Amino acid sequence: MLASVLHILPLATIVRERVLPVAGKVSAHLNQRVSPTDVIAEANFAREHVLIDVARAFNVTAKVADRMIKVNERDRVAQGALVAESGGMFSRSIRAPRAGRVMVAGGGQILMEVGDAKIELRAGLPGVVTQIIPEKGVVIRTAGALIQGVWGNGRIDNGTMISLIEKPDDVLTAERLDVSVRGSVILGGHVRDADTLRAAADVPVRGLILSSMYSSLLQMAYQMKYPILVLEGFGAMPMNSAAFKLLTTNDKRDATVNAEHFDRYNGNRPEVIITLPVTNEPEEPNLYETFAVSQTVRMKRPPHAGMIGSIATLRPGLSELPSGLRAVAADVRLENGETVIAPLVNLEVVG
Amino acid sequence: MPASLVQTESILAIDVGASVTRAVLFDVVEGEYRFVASGQAPSTAEAPFKNIGIGAREAIRNLQSVTGTILLGPQDNNIITPTQPDGSGVDGVVATMSAGPAVKTVIAGLLSEVSLQSARRLAESTYSRVVDTLDLSDKRRPDQQLDSIARSRPDLVVLTGGTDGGASRSMLKMLEAVGLACYLMPAEKRPMVLYAGNHKLANDVRELLGGHAGKLQISPNVRPSLEVEDLEPASNVLASLVTNLRQRQIKGVDELYNWSSGNLLPTAYAQGRMIRFLSRLYESTRGLLSVNMGASASTVAAGFNGELTLGVYPQFGLGENLGAILQHTEIEQIMRWMQLDISSNTLREFLFQKSLYPSTIPATQDELAIMQAITRQALYLAVRAARTSFPASAHAARTDLMPKLDLLIAGGGAIADNGSVGQSLLLLLDAIQPVGIMPFLLDQNNLLPMLGAAATRSNYLPVQVIESGAFIGMGTVVSVIASASYGETVLRAKLTYADKTEVRADVKFGGLEIIPLPSGQTARLTLSPLRRADAGLGAGRSGSVTVTGGALGVVIDARGRPLNLPADAVRRRELMKRWSHAVGG
Repeated sequence: MLASVLHILPLATIVRERVLPVAGKVSAHLNQRVSPTDVIAEANFAREHVLIDVARAFNVTAKVADRMIKVNERDRVAQGALVAESGGMFSRSIRAPRAGRVMVAGGGQILMEVGDAKIELRAGLPGVVTQIIPEKGVVIRTAGALIQGVWGNGRIDNGTMISLIEKPDDVLTAERLDVSVRGSVILGGHVRDADTLRAAADVPVRGLILSSMYSSLLQMAYQMKYPILVLEGFGAMPMNSAAFKLLTTNDKRDATVNAEHFDRYNGNRPEVIITLPVTNEPEEPNLYETFAVSQTVRMKRPPHAGMIGSIATLRPGLSELPSGLRAVAADVRLENGETVIAPLVNLEVVG
Repeated sequence: MPASLVQTESILAIDVGASVTRAVLFDVVEGEYRFVASGQAPSTAEAPFKNIGIGAREAIRNLQSVTGTILLGPQDNNIITPTQPDGSGVDGVVATMSAGPAVKTVIAGLLSEVSLQSARRLAESTYSRVVDTLDLSDKRRPDQQLDSIARSRPDLVVLTGGTDGGASRSMLKMLEAVGLACYLMPAEKRPMVLYAGNHKLANDVRELLGGHAGKLQISPNVRPSLEVEDLEPASNVLASLVTNLRQRQIKGVDELYNWSSGNLLPTAYAQGRMIRFLSRLYESTRGLLSVNMGASASTVAAGFNGELTLGVYPQFGLGENLGAILQHTEIEQIMRWMQLDISSNTLREFLFQKSLYPSTIPATQDELAIMQAITRQALYLAVRAARTSFPASAHAARTDLMPKLDLLIAGGGAIADNGSVGQSLLLLLDAIQPVGIMPFLLDQNNLLPMLGAAATRSNYLPVQVIESGAFIGMGTVVSVIASASYGETVLRAKLTYADKTEVRADVKFGGLEIIPLPSGQTARLTLSPLRRADAGLGAGRSGSVTVTGGALGVVIDARGRPLNLPADAVRRRELMKRWSHAVGG
């Protein structure tokens, strides 16, 4: 059976696409070495539109109104600029209510885009631009440690990672977030209160990497300006041993926290990237594998959720689980020496 | 059915769900169609696979290993059609699909209580999530409307409004806003548009939207006159539009479409089609109800006198949307179904954690118990939402009761995979709270939608497969409506078997009584209600009916309608356990 892979890798080649949400201009060039904060593309987009109904204002047909329109599509117009005029002895005029650009002029109407906003897309991770995606963005290639999570608040930043976790089930509290960690990415454990998230914002930190947090904090976490990345999920869950070991051994290194939303369909998921110098480029990790004996796996569901183990045997056919359900299953040898049965759909390969 | 009347072609049906992909073989055995075997595999619409063909082939390979019939070509890994002289391959392929994100839908109509409601019901006949609505009472300026539409980035716009030949000016205004919003979106992201309004405006619609919509389809008006609502033609067009959308969104759908020669239907649509067909075939005097609890959505299809009511509710799906169920129900409403003594916070964390891993299954008994409680509430909500669209002919004795039905068919992993048929039945009784007397069938292999798709190849196939016993007969349920104290006798029942032996039971209020009657057997059930209880024959009325057996036999549910659970949590959990024990633990 096919298995999805959770990347917890000490060293891998990491290739990531970084694209604008709307078409824009790519400023990075091929083979450019970028740092996480470099702007690689930008776009302007209109937040709003204004529809001016010329035909209605002048009480004429659309065809007649079109002759009265004084602007063309793509024209930039200033606030108060003349956009339509009725003509004749008692000519009336219509002026642009706001500065903007004409999108449509016809059918007796003018549609303008207004309220220009600028989006700057930053590289997000250090590396080399290996591909330009015209009007969209770039592909960046780097090498380093890669640790994937399950939830992110949609933000991205980078900084020196400071570990405030001593054991996988540690709780991160507001008291531990003082001025000494200002501007850092914090490796914490479980967060159970809003005060901790607020304290991290006050310091401020460049990111939080957590084992778990309570779902009641979701709304607040979305509002935080710094990235929050959750490795295990919701509730009080300890950090899995593989991620714990890898992250704590990279203490004080520069880490990028890309806490983007987990998109099941395009595969984007929250992740921590710790760039490392390499002489020979390591392999790119597999996106999926086939379940096999000896593979390292992570348990996705209770009673051993988050625990790491290795597949001892793949059972033939369907097996009865402790729940009474029957499923394709494996015997998994956990790190504590215990061997348990687990349905394959509740496992993901670590690699 | 004589063999000579049967087109003897084997059919491979593929169903791509959000979590599981099934491949099912139907073939002619001794002159009649039979369900031969099923193979399944995890679905692969999502990353890292991003191609439903991978999961479909895996499911077919598993089916091959069960049947021993080679279905995939060794060279090209494609389905072998037609059946070859060496026995490999199949004659035809049909497919259904529910995988994919909820379809973000904008609905528009003129009157909020008339055409907009029709648009909503139409949108609910597929896997849609309504992200914006437009109607005459909308106070927003046209530019605000178009900004709102463009920001919501819909996959689909459903436009209704106006009776045929009726007023058109307001409708044209609305079309302009939709057309401009489409124009503002990138070409590859423009929504599919279904127009099902005033037919007189069809040409205007083509002119205004034809060049800007991702794809434009015009169907007959859902409201040809103010008094008449006819969703069926528009829902047919909508089903094909959603299939087109999936082709655009998900890799491998094109391949499935080609394998099936275009016989690829949204799963819920195929389920609904089957229920309408069965309702007409069996000339059901009351109604047929089919429920399916899947990861992508909860689906309720009801057939009354050949008329279909179809409700698809992604918000009550048990997969990635699970955390969002709390936007539609209080957590206490889920807690009331809980046999375990857990806190509402634990349940909340469970909901959000499960939504991170929608394809996982309960590994422990506690997890299964929690999942069953969630499923009960999701189904309860879905059935109540669907009931608001039942036709007037689906008369219920009281507004808080279900109408009487002739048959219930239940499917979907959350119902079918419960450890025992008894637990599945109890879940259905709690959530649906049926009234009257009717048999319950369990569609363990999710065959119903596939039969709906297979009906396009053969009219005989669905009927013969159902009549061959492809569904598990759970039993015949008698639901008792009574006003009594807990423990008071409300019904005397006598079951007379074919060999004239009898079993008698005094049924007490608040309890579940099981009288064994094996599958395939019928018996005569005599009901004598006390205290003016209604056991399906009318308040206080006695009588006899012929009932069919099943895995549980005859199940008399005397817990009352609607089911009132004790407010005290300890007492409630105790009762839940007792009822669970009554149906086999």
